[in-house]
Amino acid sequence: MSRQPYVRPMPKASWYLGNARYRRYMLREVTCLLVGVYCALLIWALAALSSGSPERWGAFLAAQQNTAMVVFHALALVYYLVYMTFDWFKLAPKAMPVQFGEQKLPGSVIVIGHYVAWIAVTLFVLWLAGVLQT
Amino acid sequence: MTLKTRQLELEVLRYDPEKDSEPHFQAYSVSCPEDWAILDALNYVKENLDTTLSYRWSCHMMVCGSCGMMVNGEPSLTCKTFIRDLPDKVRIEPLQNFPIERDLVVVLDDVMDKLQRAQPWIIRQDDPPPPDVEYNQPRAALYKFKQYTMCINCMCCYAACPQYGLDPSFIGPAALAMAHRYNLDSRDQGKSQRLDILADHDGVWDCSFVGACSEVCPKSVDPAAAIQQMKVDGAIEWWKQKLPGGKS
Ligand code: SF4
Ligand code: SF4
Repeated sequence: MSRQPYVRPMPKASWYLGNARYRRYMLREVTCLLVGVYCALLIWALAALSSGSPERWGAFLAAQQNTAMVVFHALALVYYLVYMTFDWFKLAPKAMPVQFGEQKLPGSVIVIGHYVAWIAVTLFVLWLAGVLQT
Repeated sequence: MTLKTRQLELEVLRYDPEKDSEPHFQAYSVSCPEDWAILDALNYVKENLDTTLSYRWSCHMMVCGSCGMMVNGEPSLTCKTFIRDLPDKVRIEPLQNFPIERDLVVVLDDVMDKLQRAQPWIIRQDDPPPPDVEYNQPRAALYKFKQYTMCINCMCCYAACPQYGLDPSFIGPAALAMAHRYNLDSRDQGKSQRLDILADHDGVWDCSFVGACSEVCPKSVDPAAAIQQMKVDGAIEWWKQKLPGGKS
C-alpha cells in the first residue's frame, strides 16, 4: 500500500473570504492601516513642531482643518474603538487571569479595571494638555 | 416512544491515494434518528452502504479525540456534533490544514512532533527526590492549569487556526497550551527551558490572537488564552535576560 497524502493548499491571498470568523478577524487587523496613517500624521506634526517655524506648524494645522480630515479622524476613532479597544479589553482576562487562592477573579472585574484605568489616563492627558481646568 | 428520524444528505470527501489524483465528494442518503451524532451517521454508512469509507474514531464519548472532522466547514468532534443541530445537507471533510491520508483520515505526524517540542512532562532542575516521596501540590496550584489538562489532542484547533494553515512551521495552539500547562505547574521547573523554544519565531509570536482555536475547542481548553499568557511570560523572561545581572 503506498502513501500519497494529499495537501490542500490555503489560498494565500483569499483565505479569509470564505469564513465569517476569519473575515471578522481581518476587519480587526485592518486597523493597522489606520494606525499607519495616524503615525504618518504624527510624524508630520512633530517635524513641523521641531523645525521651530511657525509657518510649517501653521501649515500642518491648516491641513487638519478641512472636512475630509475631520471625517477621517472621526471614522478612525470609531473604527479603532470598536475593533481594537473594545475587542482587546474584552480579551484581557484571558491574557492576564488573576487567581486568589482557589478562586479566579471574574473576568468582568478585570475588564472594568481596564476601562477605569483608560478613563483615568485620558482625563490626566486632557488635564496635562490644559483642556480640563482645575 | 420512537424517535423521529430525518433524511440526511451527507456529502463526504473521499480520497484514495492509490486511485485518485485529487479528492472528490461522494453523496450518501441516511435516515437518522434525531439523537444521532454525525459519527453515528458515518458508522451507519460504513456498516450498511459503503465499507470502503475510512475515518478515525474510538470512544464515541469525547475522550479519545480521534473523530475530529470538518462538519459544514467547522472543525468538530463528530461524536458531539448532533444531527438535531444541523441542516438536512451536511458536508463532511477531513480536518483542514492537514494532508489527507485517505478519505477522512489526516496525517498528524507534524503535530505529534510539535507536541514533543513542547516538552509536556515535569522537568526538574534539582536532584530527584527519594523514590518514596511525592511532589505535593495544593489545590489552588492545580486550579491554575487544570483547564489546560482537558485537551484530548483532537486537533480541531489546528484545523481552525489560519496561522497554522498559512505557515505550518507555527507550533500551534494545542502544543503551546500543553507547554503552558506544565509551565504553570507548581511541581515543574522547566519553564525557561520551554520558553527558549516556544517564545521564539514559530512559537507564541506567530499567533495573532485570531481566537478561532478557542472557539472550536470541544473541551473548552482555550488554547488562545494559554498562548497570550505565554507571550507575557516570554516577554518577562526576555527582559530578565537583558537586564544587568540577569542570566544570559
Ligand atoms: S486544545 Fe481543544 S481543540 Fe485543540 S487539540 Fe486540545 S481539545 Fe482539541
Ligand atoms: S489564537 Fe493564535 S493559535 Fe489560536 S487560532 Fe488564532 S492564531 Fe491560531
